[in-house]
Amino acid sequence: MDLQILTYIIVGLTFAIYIGIAIWSRARSTGDFYVAGKGVNPIANGMATAADWMSAASFISMAGLIAFKGYDASVYLMGWTGGYVLLAMLLAPYLRKYGKFTVPEFIGDRYYSKTARIVAVICLIVASLTYVIGQMKGIGVAFSRFLDTPYDVGLYIGMGIVFFYAVLGGMKGITYTQIAQYVVLIFAYTVPAIFISLHLTGDALPQTGLGGTLTGTDSFLLDKLDKILVDLGFNPYTAQKGGTLNIFLLTLSLMIGTAGLPHVITRFFTVPRVKDARSSAGWALVFIAILYTTAPAVGAMAFYNLAKTVQPGPVNAPDGALLYEQRPQWFKNWETTGLLAWRDKNGDGRIQYAPGKAFAGKPKVKTDASGKPVIGDNGAPVYLNPPAESKNELYVDRDIMVLANPEIANLPNWVIALVVAGGLAAALSTAAGLLLAIAAAISHDMLKGIFAPGISEKTELLASRFAMGGAVLLAGYFGLNPPGFAAQVVALAFGLAASSLFPAIMMGIFNKRINRTGAILGMLSGLTITLIYIFWYKGWFFLPGTNMAPNSPDHWFLGISPEAFGAVGAAVNFAVAWFVSRATAEPPEHIQHLVEHIRVPQAAGETGNKL
Amino acid sequence: MNSASEYWKANLRLVIFCLVIWFVVSYVCGILLVEPLNSIRLGGYKLGFWFAQQGSIYTFVVLIFFYAWRMNRLDRKFNVHED
Repeated sequence: MDLQILTYIIVGLTFAIYIGIAIWSRARSTGDFYVAGKGVNPIANGMATAADWMSAASFISMAGLIAFKGYDASVYLMGWTGGYVLLAMLLAPYLRKYGKFTVPEFIGDRYYSKTARIVAVICLIVASLTYVIGQMKGIGVAFSRFLDTPYDVGLYIGMGIVFFYAVLGGMKGITYTQIAQYVVLIFAYTVPAIFISLHLTGDALPQTGLGGTLTGTDSFLLDKLDKILVDLGFNPYTAQKGGTLNIFLLTLSLMIGTAGLPHVITRFFTVPRVKDARSSAGWALVFIAILYTTAPAVGAMAFYNLAKTVQPGPVNAPDGALLYEQRPQWFKNWETTGLLAWRDKNGDGRIQYAPGKAFAGKPKVKTDASGKPVIGDNGAPVYLNPPAESKNELYVDRDIMVLANPEIANLPNWVIALVVAGGLAAALSTAAGLLLAIAAAISHDMLKGIFAPGISEKTELLASRFAMGGAVLLAGYFGLNPPGFAAQVVALAFGLAASSLFPAIMMGIFNKRINRTGAILGMLSGLTITLIYIFWYKGWFFLPGTNMAPNSPDHWFLGISPEAFGAVGAAVNFAVAWFVSRATAEPPEHIQHLVEHIRVPQAAGETGNKL
Repeated sequence: MNSASEYWKANLRLVIFCLVIWFVVSYVCGILLVEPLNSIRLGGYKLGFWFAQQGSIYTFVVLIFFYAWRMNRLDRKFNVHED
């Protein structure tokens, strides 16, 4: 069957499932809307958390990132999983015991301060909004690339689906659709990975296949990959390339940021008991680890396939590189999407792959009057981009490592269609979780908590639905007109969560002495220093040209990249909060009792706090 | 010394124990000592590389379930478990 029709059918089927779940799981109270009535099974919540957490970027881009960075990409693998250990031991069980609806609400109550709550709301909205724009773009791109739908139409379809189940079902609807989305995305990710591993190493398990030998030889895949890369003039795949301090701090920032991201924390408000919050974090990580331990295999194996395809013979031998006219069918397919491109710099008709860029920017094909690409004498499209200095003639977009995998491994069309549905599931599930965090911050923290405390539950539920609708429209608007900060998800979202939210929540639980003044000044100073550091290298509010120093390792302070600075901001936050609290009055007695209350699952005489 | 503060201290000891392992598998084995560990092999994997891209993640999973199991025991011992 034609690939496009098949893709429409599979994507359409998954969308029908999501809508069906939405109708079945409507929210009837604010408790349903914000925290799914606190009735979600811990394993189910773990699965929903995994889908919530793994975004379009995890699904589509991470394996490519690993492929091109090798060992250095370990920061993302460790950073985006190790945060769950912090979450399980330092935050989730206590916040579940606290038992209300949102993260800013906890910060406001614990620090008996509306200011603290507002600071938390602002951090939450900026971090979540930055994140959600990327998901919206992912949805638009998936539609335009695979279904031949214009980008904006794809975006409207995605918005419509999220709008339907998020407005109708709130957290309850989102939770059950996320479970379905997890199943779709993990199936779509692992099936091609198993086949590519079988094909290369004869091992069906990608995690062990990566450490195995290549079929029919006794040389290990990773050794062979190291050797190919060195021959082509790159650094070995398994060797460290970046500075150790930066790798250390980036991993730490991503871990603390992960634990402090509100849309993840909120998921642990939905389980019935404190003990469920603990185990649910473990289940979440099990489901995340299935993808995160497969991704290194996908990255390395897809990269090996690519390198072997373009360099079948020895390097430097005149006929070692692949003749362009002998390129395989998948290469031709992906050329038309602009994710692969070749420019014959030395005019030998072969594809030389080497360090450096083939040309500046993303490929722009020269077109004739009727809009058809102009083909040069060598059979390849003519690109308008000025060539770069290096010997390299191959442009590869890193997303191709996941997207082209099924074709490289000769898998049937339905697998390709499934990968599209999986990417959409990853983007939709993350978008919905983020939108809920934004909507709850507006209707529950701002409206009910600060501006109109007197409103009834029915009014608040209506307001939360409007806030959700508004958040979807806002995210859609930014998806169509991405602002400069949209590309800075890692620096901004993780920097904010790491430097402001995580320390404030953790100290609120583990140190009774931290008071209002300490917490607010701590959050503001951690936030300020982190934002200044990011803006210093990336431009004030990400306006191009306003950066104070070039964003490159030799200009960074001690070699620390802006993405890695969140951990430093967190340390500043901890220190300021501690010293200021020492110097000022202790928190009132009822706050100390609140802390004692959340530290135990259920004290004598207490009853459970189910809704 | 009341039982609430003893419960809290036992919890902190457990958390610190788990976080030491968390730190060792990722930051020590996966980052600080990655080069020396890479001279040891685990099949086709260099050991430091394996910790950074596989081993640390498996350990994280085990750690959370270990913590949850020990905390449930602690909850019952101090009679603060939920119904």
